[in-house]
Amino acid sequence: MSTSSSRLALVAVTIALVVLPLVSSGFVISFLMTRILILAIAAASIVFLFRYGGMISLAQFLLFGLAGFMVGNAVGEAGSKGLKLGWDAWVGVIFALGICVIVALVLGALASRTSGIYFLMLTLTYAIIGYYFFGQVTTLSGFGGITGIRPPPLFQGHPWRLYYVALGLSLAVYLGFKSIARSPFGLALQGTRDDPVRMESLGFNVPLHRTLAFVIAGFVAACAGILNIWWNGQIDPTSISIGPTLNLLIIAVIGGISYFEGAWLGAAVFVTANIYLRNIPLLDQIGVTEARFNTVIGFLVLLIMVLSPEGIMGIIDRFRYRKQGVEPPVPPVAKVGVG
Amino acid sequence: MRVVSAAGSRAVRAPKSRRELRRRLLNGLGVVALLFLVSWVLFFSRGTPAGPAITEPGKFFVTLLDGLTVAGLFFVVASGFTLIFGLMRTVNMAHGSLFLMAAYIGIKLQQTMVDKTRNIEPADVSMAAWLVPLFAGALIAAVIGIVIQQVLLRWNEGQELRQALITLAVSVILADQMLAWFGGLATRMIWPGAVSHFFEIFGRRFATSRLFMLGVAVVVGVALWLWLERTRIGMIIRAGVDDRDMVRALGINILAVFAITFFVGAFLAGLGGVMGASFAGAAPGADGQWLLNSLVVVIVGGLGSLKGAVAGSLFFGLVVAFSPAYLPERFTFYSIILTFVLLAIVLAVRPYGLFGRPA
Repeated sequence: MSTSSSRLALVAVTIALVVLPLVSSGFVISFLMTRILILAIAAASIVFLFRYGGMISLAQFLLFGLAGFMVGNAVGEAGSKGLKLGWDAWVGVIFALGICVIVALVLGALASRTSGIYFLMLTLTYAIIGYYFFGQVTTLSGFGGITGIRPPPLFQGHPWRLYYVALGLSLAVYLGFKSIARSPFGLALQGTRDDPVRMESLGFNVPLHRTLAFVIAGFVAACAGILNIWWNGQIDPTSISIGPTLNLLIIAVIGGISYFEGAWLGAAVFVTANIYLRNIPLLDQIGVTEARFNTVIGFLVLLIMVLSPEGIMGIIDRFRYRKQGVEPPVPPVAKVGVG
Repeated sequence: MRVVSAAGSRAVRAPKSRRELRRRLLNGLGVVALLFLVSWVLFFSRGTPAGPAITEPGKFFVTLLDGLTVAGLFFVVASGFTLIFGLMRTVNMAHGSLFLMAAYIGIKLQQTMVDKTRNIEPADVSMAAWLVPLFAGALIAAVIGIVIQQVLLRWNEGQELRQALITLAVSVILADQMLAWFGGLATRMIWPGAVSHFFEIFGRRFATSRLFMLGVAVVVGVALWLWLERTRIGMIIRAGVDDRDMVRALGINILAVFAITFFVGAFLAGLGGVMGASFAGAAPGADGQWLLNSLVVVIVGGLGSLKGAVAGSLFFGLVVAFSPAYLPERFTFYSIILTFVLLAIVLAVRPYGLFGRPA
């Protein structure tokens, strides 16, 4: 697909999403669309790290949750758990983003000297330690979590408001990540993905580039996390435990982990399946009920990994190239991890 | 490297490069930190749950034994994980699921053997009613493991990320199915009556069952070591860890060796699962927790190395036991951070673990 037609598709999708609230119910906007957009932004940060840096990070959901906990501690008032600082909502946003960037810097610096499968394992370890941290440290949260958090007055009230915030942020993140690819930093980062040794000998500081990429991705995940706590009003450690952490990676994998569009597509499939699986007739007669959602999602991921590791976007791409009679380019997933 | 002139003979003894300087600095810092930790535990830890070891030797030894027994369990589980990775470069994200599966099967089998589903007393449990579920659970975990390997991993060897994501999907499915079959309540294995009592150490009680678990872990470790060092198949596996392609070129059927290794690795996860179910019970979520434990052990010790698994288990086990006991009482909740500190220190000094090397 040429650049102009993909631009056209982007504009069309954006317009469709902008006018969507006019034709659909409040439930769809709030519980389906807003949720999709929030998770997609967080998943896009996984795609960013993988596509440009060759790193699969499972720590994105930790930073997503960390931002929520920080907002909760900062703006919470009497009645809720945590520090109950009672700050203004916008001060809470700046505070949460600041903490997340610092934490991402430390975690990224530690992880930046590892790569490939080691990076995956290390970030998974971060995620689980983060879960236990917020569970055990009762001054910040405890297993009960923080409740009763409200967004700034500007976004309160009608569910449309938060939806449009999520939509605007989605667009900014999508375009921002795309434009990083052409920046000097983005080009160097892609160099460290393809050949770290050569980049090192050319004088690039490879761990620094990886760390900075991790900080950028952490910042984006934190933005999504702030939207999430405004949307949800509460957060507890179970919501950042290993299951939800893996779900975010699953979202990226379903859509196609090296396509930014895949993050939004994967989130749409995941959330829609989560809500509407029970409505599909006959499924419960073969033992697939709402409670077995994870089995269904697990099989879906298994199917994708066995048939097309590039996810839905990879399948779309393959059809597109076949129509044009061109060999599709080798996707990064196939390159990383072979050998 | 600096070129040293004849005149500057004193410079010969000076650190030769930044790397050397950094190494010495780190060693110095390490010694200081170790001295601080030892003297803290021995003399200064007033106001902690355990108290200084000089005045409270009982609590010190109980904590030490706790650390060693937990380390034993860590080793049994993580050695399977590291064995599989070392040979096949497969990160088995379903390792925790195999652990939990064996735990549930062991519990069910024990309940059948003593003919009671609740309120099982240790007196009801003979040694056989513990050992048979141990091996049965481990065997079933091993069979599930080999099925996963043969069906899902055999044909995409070398694609590390793809394999990690495939086993991840398997772990999601298994966790959900176990929730459906075994329910969401925590259950546990009962230790055999023969080891369910206490003995005294400096006036403190310590459960014999934990020493028994440590004993089982040591037996497993020694058996594993003998298998790898003294048998032909162990020799092939060690050679395969170093150079798979060379082993294959020598005419050895490496696919069979892969299958055996995966079987043994999953078997070890299963052994650990039944032991862990006796030690701390089994519940949904234990799979993720034991995947974490295996990950910490191998990240600290280095992937693919049995020595690394021993070292990583010991470090991790001691940190897990000592940090809640010897942190000031107000900070006991923060003990989880010390696990992270251990990881951070090891990674900062050796990014691929104590005994690991870049893949």
